[in-house]
Amino acid sequence: MPLFLNDEQTMLRDTAKEYVAEHAPVGHMRRLRDAKDATGFDRTLWKSFAEMGFTGILIPEADGGLGLGHVEAGVVLEEIGRNLTPSPFLTTAVAAVSALGGTAHAARWFPGILSGDTVAALAIDEGPKHRTDIALKAERAGNGFRLSGTKRFVTHGHVADLLIVAARTAGAAGEKDGVTLFAVEAGAAGLANDPQRLADSSFASRLTFDGVEVDADAVIGEVDGGWSGLTRLLAAGRTGASAEMLGVGGGAMDMTVAYLKERKQFGVPIGSFQALQHRAAHLYSEMEVARAATLKAQQLLDASDPGADAAVSVAKAMTGLATTLSVQEGIQMHGGIGMTDEYDIGFYMKRARVLAEMFGDTNFHTDQLARAAGY
Amino acid sequence: MTQDLETFRSETRAWLEENCPPSMREPVRSEKDACWGGRDQSMLTPDQKLWMDRMAARGWTVPDWPKAYGGGGLSAAETKILREEMARIRARNPLNSFGISMLGPALLKYGTEEQKLDHLTKIARGEIRWCQGYSEPNAGSDLAGLAASAEDKGDHFLVNGQKVWTSYADKADWIFCLVRTDRTTKQGGISFVLFDMASEGVSTKPILLISGYSPFCETFMDNVKVPKANLVHELNKGWDVAKYLLGHEREMISGMGLSSPGGNPLIDGAIAAIGLDHDGRLADPLLRASLALFEVRSKAFGMMSERFIDELKAGRSHPAQPSMMKYYGTELNKARHELIMAAGGTDTLEWESDASNGGAAARAWLRTKANSIEGGTSEVQLNIIAKRILELPS
Ligand SMILES: Cc1cc2nc3c(=O)[nH]c(=O)nc-3n(C[C@H](O)[C@H](O)[C@H](O)COP(=O)(O)OP(=O)(O)OC[C@H]3O[C@@H](n4cnc5c(N)ncnc54)[C@H](O)[C@@H]3O)c2cc1C
Repeated sequence: MPLFLNDEQTMLRDTAKEYVAEHAPVGHMRRLRDAKDATGFDRTLWKSFAEMGFTGILIPEADGGLGLGHVEAGVVLEEIGRNLTPSPFLTTAVAAVSALGGTAHAARWFPGILSGDTVAALAIDEGPKHRTDIALKAERAGNGFRLSGTKRFVTHGHVADLLIVAARTAGAAGEKDGVTLFAVEAGAAGLANDPQRLADSSFASRLTFDGVEVDADAVIGEVDGGWSGLTRLLAAGRTGASAEMLGVGGGAMDMTVAYLKERKQFGVPIGSFQALQHRAAHLYSEMEVARAATLKAQQLLDASDPGADAAVSVAKAMTGLATTLSVQEGIQMHGGIGMTDEYDIGFYMKRARVLAEMFGDTNFHTDQLARAAGY
Repeated sequence: MTQDLETFRSETRAWLEENCPPSMREPVRSEKDACWGGRDQSMLTPDQKLWMDRMAARGWTVPDWPKAYGGGGLSAAETKILREEMARIRARNPLNSFGISMLGPALLKYGTEEQKLDHLTKIARGEIRWCQGYSEPNAGSDLAGLAASAEDKGDHFLVNGQKVWTSYADKADWIFCLVRTDRTTKQGGISFVLFDMASEGVSTKPILLISGYSPFCETFMDNVKVPKANLVHELNKGWDVAKYLLGHEREMISGMGLSSPGGNPLIDGAIAAIGLDHDGRLADPLLRASLALFEVRSKAFGMMSERFIDELKAGRSHPAQPSMMKYYGTELNKARHELIMAAGGTDTLEWESDASNGGAAARAWLRTKANSIEGGTSEVQLNIIAKRILELPS
């Protein structure tokens, strides 16, 4: 498979590009923020994503979806990133769908995701840094389980209809066996939801589970065997976050390069200064390398290739590096105007930081790769 | 995969197993250790020669060139399989040559049928070793400012002038050379000629590098007679050929940033020198982090290279893309060798000992500093990316 988009993927990209730029450009996000919107995204837009078929990209055709892959999901995510569009697309249509696919929960949740009525959130992280050592406890109780513990950084957690919760039914934190995934519905008794606005004006919740009771059929997949579902979810989320970051970094770079051509100082466009040209060219190179790594991860994931895990880590680490550079250079090369709230470039920096932390940052994934390589 | 390709793979695997000498399945230890072919075959070890000749007999020194010119006539997919199978047994390149990586592609595009039949077949068989006569003392980054001239003498050109930084000019049999044939315009007055280094009036003088090697030379041309048949492409149109060839040179040099196939010598070397702590991590956490971050970039760059080749084959790549590859790949390669030195510590500093294999690591480290200079400096590549890809103003 060649490492570029095929014709159908290119068509989808053109459609997504046009659609997102028209319906949810950066100004859309700014308006939601200025209005102190408490949802964090526009439900009408989420519905229209469903009408476009976007929410069903990863849902199998047999279940009413498009039956496409991570490359296609990434195409949409990149445009979401480029326009800083607030959307539950990554958590719901990509990560949650990947965890639910092939389980008994697919029939329950896919229709709502397809219609744009359902929002899913991921309750995975327990500290300020992403780790896969799950500690939240799920004890057997009656015909089901009682969940107690805390989760953090649950984006859209306050408005989600479905929470996918990684819990420990056996073993100790850090072990793979004994992890179980649960589908917890919104409003469960004993669940305290504390949504916080993040730097990028999106919302993430701190969740406290105080003996939350769920039925046995809330288990996604197997009891104690949730690791495989969790890794599927994480691989999809990480790849998707890489694609979205690529959009954020690429969007910031495009703005910056445009500004270099237009802003004049000393009577010439600042883009004619070689010091800036070289930094822009270096930034371009880093972004291109990140782009190749992301597409590779998407393709390998779609092919269920054994090398996918490593490629996903390379992609998340590399897009983290490149996008961080892009937003930093973006503000610096914009000069003073880059520091103003009125100008959009700062939004890119905020969004990039949130996505960089999501599902593990560059350091996390670099460490994973080093361990896998035996050092 | 189709049945044909499966068959090709198994046959190739069997043939390589049988024909690649064991000593040719070890990494090249130094620039000198690689096989460069040429008239002076006494410079080759018997195994190098055997391996080169066996591969050349199948056209596999240049697998994707047409058979008529000594190539293997393989498709892109077959060539890829051959490379994969060679990597699998860590087989060395049977032949390294500027003829293969630089002149060959230029002749395939711009050469006459006679030039192709004559020169390409000799390149493929490793019979003639080529060097590149581009740079001059006052024409480096500003290559088009070159002054060495070729005067039209009816049936031949008379070439005069000096070249510099000519890699292996003292070992090469022939040179592809840029000369001025019109002084009234800059780029439009350059021609591309080929001549035998044994021609009367050609002399070379080696230049010692910081690595202790002297792979390159000053080359002097004093009334050298060059037959007109040795002009490639049209008179005064040599800049087109030169640029095309530079694209290939950049591609070749950029490949150096990639991890070598099979194992990871950088990581293995670091583990051997420094050791692991009780958690199984490299016992120097900062070096571990640097190595791992380098691996992220290097793996991602490998994917970039794959993408570039895929795009090139599909005719979709930006013509300035090799500049980006060259820039990134060479900076990565320099970073790799910094890490090798950092991991190896004082052992890598011994310049002549047997234990250090004659200072191989240090010499290679020093040699890589030229990667971002030769074939156009990093700064020049960044200029090209800024102007041609990002379209920033002058
Ligand atoms: C190991 C090695 C092998 C080589 N092999 C060959 C060979 O086989 N054949 C051959 O013909 N040549 C060869 N070269 C020469 C090589 O192509 C030149 O060294 C190179 O093009 C740079 O030219 P220069 O050395 O004159 O440096 P200069 O052009 O003098 O550059 C000096 C510095 O100025 C910077 N600079 C120059 N112009 C600009 C600009 N416009 N913008 C920003 N910065 C600029 C450069 O980047 C560099 O940092 C080789 C060089 C090396 C080191």
